[in-house]
Amino acid sequence: MEIAIGIILGCCAVGAGLCMGIGAIGPGIGEGHAVANACEAIGRQPESKGAVTSTMIMGCAISETTGIYSLVIAILLIFVAPSTFINILVNAIK
Amino acid sequence: MKTNLKFKIIDIIYIVMMALPIAFSIVLKVLTNPPSEGISISGAKIFLEIPMPLQNFIISESQINSAMVLITIFFFCLYMTHGLSDKIELKRQHFAELIVEKVDGLIKENMGDYFSGYAPFIIAIMALSAFSSLLSLFALYPPTSDINIVGGWAILVFALITYYKLKGGLLNYLKGFTEPIFVMLPLNILGEVATPVSLAFRHYGNVLSGSVIAVLISAALGGVSSMVLSWLPGTLASFPLFQVGIPAVLSIYFDVFSGCMQAFIFAMLTMLNISGGFDMEAFEKRRLKKAQKALKNK
Repeated sequence: MEIAIGIILGCCAVGAGLCMGIGAIGPGIGEGHAVANACEAIGRQPESKGAVTSTMIMGCAISETTGIYSLVIAILLIFVAPSTFINILVNAIK
Repeated sequence: MKTNLKFKIIDIIYIVMMALPIAFSIVLKVLTNPPSEGISISGAKIFLEIPMPLQNFIISESQINSAMVLITIFFFCLYMTHGLSDKIELKRQHFAELIVEKVDGLIKENMGDYFSGYAPFIIAIMALSAFSSLLSLFALYPPTSDINIVGGWAILVFALITYYKLKGGLLNYLKGFTEPIFVMLPLNILGEVATPVSLAFRHYGNVLSGSVIAVLISAALGGVSSMVLSWLPGTLASFPLFQVGIPAVLSIYFDVFSGCMQAFIFAMLTMLNISGGFDMEAFEKRRLKKAQKALKNK
């Protein structure tokens, strides 16, 4: 029983770490692209700095969404999932 | 001149009423939260649970805090608009006019002239979101890090989007789901549902991740300072050397910048979604048809 609960807790922690780690790759690359292209645009047309910057921040925030989803799942895995899974296990053993 | 005694007394009443709700929230938090040791990340505290047929009706910390923010914003607006006149007599009128002009310009730029009446709604959402996130500067639980609060706003925005989509006619709205081809129907429905979900999760996740990282960093700094000072005798060993000041610097990014940023983004996406969902051509056509019908009936 203790071993089973330990496996559940460990797997939840590993899953949360993997979820956050892999989930952060995509937004990182996407935001990097956005900022790089914004820098290029500002370099080409310095007078359009204001418009480019505000559009870039909007785009960054939107491309961040998938990272936020993985964050939410990681938080669920840490705070909500263990007790749920342990309850399921206890009910199954009964 | 307007700055007589009565005017000043009303001013002071407004300022006190702005500060009172936040003080009430702080007192409530101090009374209900026992001081805790170590790191703890918990959700909003539930104060009251009223049994209801379908599900218990819950009054939680985040609801009370957001109501307090509403009261504060209400009296802030009253204070800003107190003593407006054609000849500008008070400094605050410049600030109030600046806000109104900026928001009107933003609406005109992003939504077009048809939606020019939307400025109050947009600035209300922006102010509510920004002030709610900034509440964490008072060490209170920010309502925006509760999915229920932000989800409510997202549902409101979704209802508005759907209302403006329906303005082009029900048939037109339903036809929009089968574009570009009929096979895309389930994907389009999924995309429709994803709008409020992503709106809510983006705001909530950003604010929550900021507070989680702040707690982790302050715990780590506590560990570092106890490691460095462990050789000192007595109470000096538990002196929080690194916890003084360093978390405050991070809080400028996570609380102030991120909170205001998310408020702006939430309002911006609201504007873009509402004006993007509105089909001007179909609406004009429908209005013309209705006018012709009314003429014929006469």
